Amino acid sequence: MAPFLSAGAERRFPGAGTVEARFDIPCTGFSITVLFGPSGSGKTTILRMLAGLERLDAGRILCGDETWADADRGVHRPPQARRIGLLSQGYDLFPHLDVAANLAYGLPGLVPDERRARVAHLLALLDLQGLERRLPAQLSGGQRQRVALGRALARYPRLLLLDEPLSALDRPTQARLRRGLRDLLRHLDLPTVLVTHDRTEALQLGDRIVVMDGGRMCQAGPIREVFDRPSDPAVARILGVETVLLGRVVDARDGLATLAVGDVLLHAADPGGLGERAFLCIRGEDVLLERGDPGPSTARNRLRGWIRTLQPEGLLVRLTLDCGFPLESLVTRQACAELRLAEGEVVTALLKASALHLIPHD
Amino acid sequence: MDWEALGLSLRLAGLTTLVLLLLGLPLAWWLATTRRRWKFLVEALVAMPLVLPPTVLGFYLLLAMGSRSPLGRGYIALTGHPLAFSFEGLLLASILYSLPFTVQPFAAAFAAVDRGLLEASWCLGASRLRTFLRVALPLSWTGILTGMVLSFAHTLGEFGVVLMVGGDLPGRTRTASIAVFDQVQALDYAAAGRTALLLLGVSFGVLALTYGLRHARRLPWPLS
Repeated sequence: MAPFLSAGAERRFPGAGTVEARFDIPCTGFSITVLFGPSGSGKTTILRMLAGLERLDAGRILCGDETWADADRGVHRPPQARRIGLLSQGYDLFPHLDVAANLAYGLPGLVPDERRARVAHLLALLDLQGLERRLPAQLSGGQRQRVALGRALARYPRLLLLDEPLSALDRPTQARLRRGLRDLLRHLDLPTVLVTHDRTEALQLGDRIVVMDGGRMCQAGPIREVFDRPSDPAVARILGVETVLLGRVVDARDGLATLAVGDVLLHAADPGGLGERAFLCIRGEDVLLERGDPGPSTARNRLRGWIRTLQPEGLLVRLTLDCGFPLESLVTRQACAELRLAEGEVVTALLKASALHLIPHD
Repeated sequence: MDWEALGLSLRLAGLTTLVLLLLGLPLAWWLATTRRRWKFLVEALVAMPLVLPPTVLGFYLLLAMGSRSPLGRGYIALTGHPLAFSFEGLLLASILYSLPFTVQPFAAAFAAVDRGLLEASWCLGASRLRTFLRVALPLSWTGILTGMVLSFAHTLGEFGVVLMVGGDLPGRTRTASIAVFDQVQALDYAAAGRTALLLLGVSFGVLALTYGLRHARRLPWPLS
C-alpha cells in the first residue's frame, strides 16, 4: 500500500455543523502539512480525528496499510494504538510530574537504563539540560513547549500532530522557535500535520497546505501552489495576502536583503535569520502605481510591468500586474480613473523595502 | 470509660472507609467521566442517604437483612449466623450510609482534572487504567483524602442507622455514639461526658489533620 495518510471522513456536531477531513498526505519521511484556516474552521477537530480522540460519523482514515478508523465497519483504533505524537495547544504537561518524568511518561516499557538514556537524549535534543527536576509550573512558555514536543517525540511516533504549537508564546519567542522547529523535524525525518491560523507560521514551516473554512476543505496542495493560485476568492481571503513569491536570497547587509524572483531583484527589510530562500509577502495596498517615467522616490523597488487584469471591488480596484511575476495592487477608483489605467497599459509599480514582508523558508 | 465501644467505632469507621475507597474510586470515576443520559439517576441514588432520615434507611436495611429476605437468607446459608444485629451488618449499613460522603468529593475532584491531560496520556500510549493511576489519581488526592476523612468521621458519628440495624450489643454493635446515649439514659453523666469528649477529640483531630495536609505544598510525584 502507498505510504499515505488518507482521510475521507466526517465528524458531525449536532447543531454546530460538520467537519470533513478529505486529504492524502505522505506518512513516511519528512514533510509538514499545514491545516490552515480561521478559528472555528475545524482544524483542531481534524487533528483530533487523526489522533483517535474523536470518533468518525462517516468515512474512514487509513495510515499506510493500517485502518485507523472506519465508521461503516465500526472500526476505531484508540489513540494508544496509533503511535502518534500529539502536541496540543495548551501543551497539557502533567503538572505533578517533573520534566524528566513528563518526558519518560510514554516509556514504561523500557528498562530503567534505556529510559534514562532516552530522556537524556531528549533533554539534549531540545536543549532542556539542567531542567529535568523542574515542574511544568517552574518553566517558561518556550521551555514548556519544548518539553511537550520532547514528550510527544519520546516514543518515536510515526506521525506528529501539532496544534498551534507556537500560539501560546510571545512574538519574539515564536520567531525564534519557528526557525528551530522545521530544522528539528527535518532532522528527525518525521511526517507532521500542523494546525495554525498564522500565515507566517504556515509559510515558514509548511510544505503542503490544506485550507479550511467552516468545517470544509477549500483547497489542498503544495504550499507555493496554493498561495500562487488560490482556487477561489474565499481561499484568497483566508490566505489573506495578495502576492506571495518565493525568492532566492542574493544578498543581505545593513538591514536590507536582496532577493531574486526569476530575473527580477527585489529589496526588502531584512528580518534576520535568512537562509537561501524566503517567501515575500506583498499586500495590495502597499503597491503604488505610476505612469510614465517616475521621478526620484524613497521606494527601493521600481518594477516595470503591464496590467493583465483590472477588477473593481467596492471602492477599490484590484489590478494584476505582470512584472516578470504576478503582482497584485489595490488602488482607489479615483486613482484608477486619473491615471487612465486599463488592461494592457504599462505602469511602474513602486514598493518600499519595508512593505515586503520576508518569511525564511529553507 | 467505654474503651470497647470506642474501639468498635474506630474499627467500623476504618473498615467502612477502606471499603468505600475501593468502591468509591471506580464509581466516582464513572460518574465524573460518563456521558450516559441516565447518570443522574445513579447520582440521585448515591445522594439519598444525605436526605433520608437514618431511621428510614435503617428500617429498610433491617428488612433487607432479615431472615425472610433473600440477602438475609443467603448470608445465613453462607456464614451460619444472621446479618442483622452483627458487626458485618453494621458495616454494610455504614457503607451505604456514608456513600455520598465518599463519592461526591471523589467525583468533584475527578471532574476537575483537565480532560486534555487524560487525552495526552492516551496519546502517549497509556491505557485508561494507567492514565487513571498515574494522572487522575495523583491530581485528585486532596479530594480523595477529603472523601475518606468525611466517611470516617461520619461513620464515627452515626447513630440512627446503627441503632436500627445493630441493636445495642456490647462488643458487637455498641459503638461509642450509642454508648453516650446509653450512659445518658443511665444518668451516668460523667461517663457520657468522657465518651463524648473523646469522640469530639478524635473527630477534630482527623479533620484538622486533613485540612493541614490539604494546605501543605504539593510535592513532585516521584518518577514511576
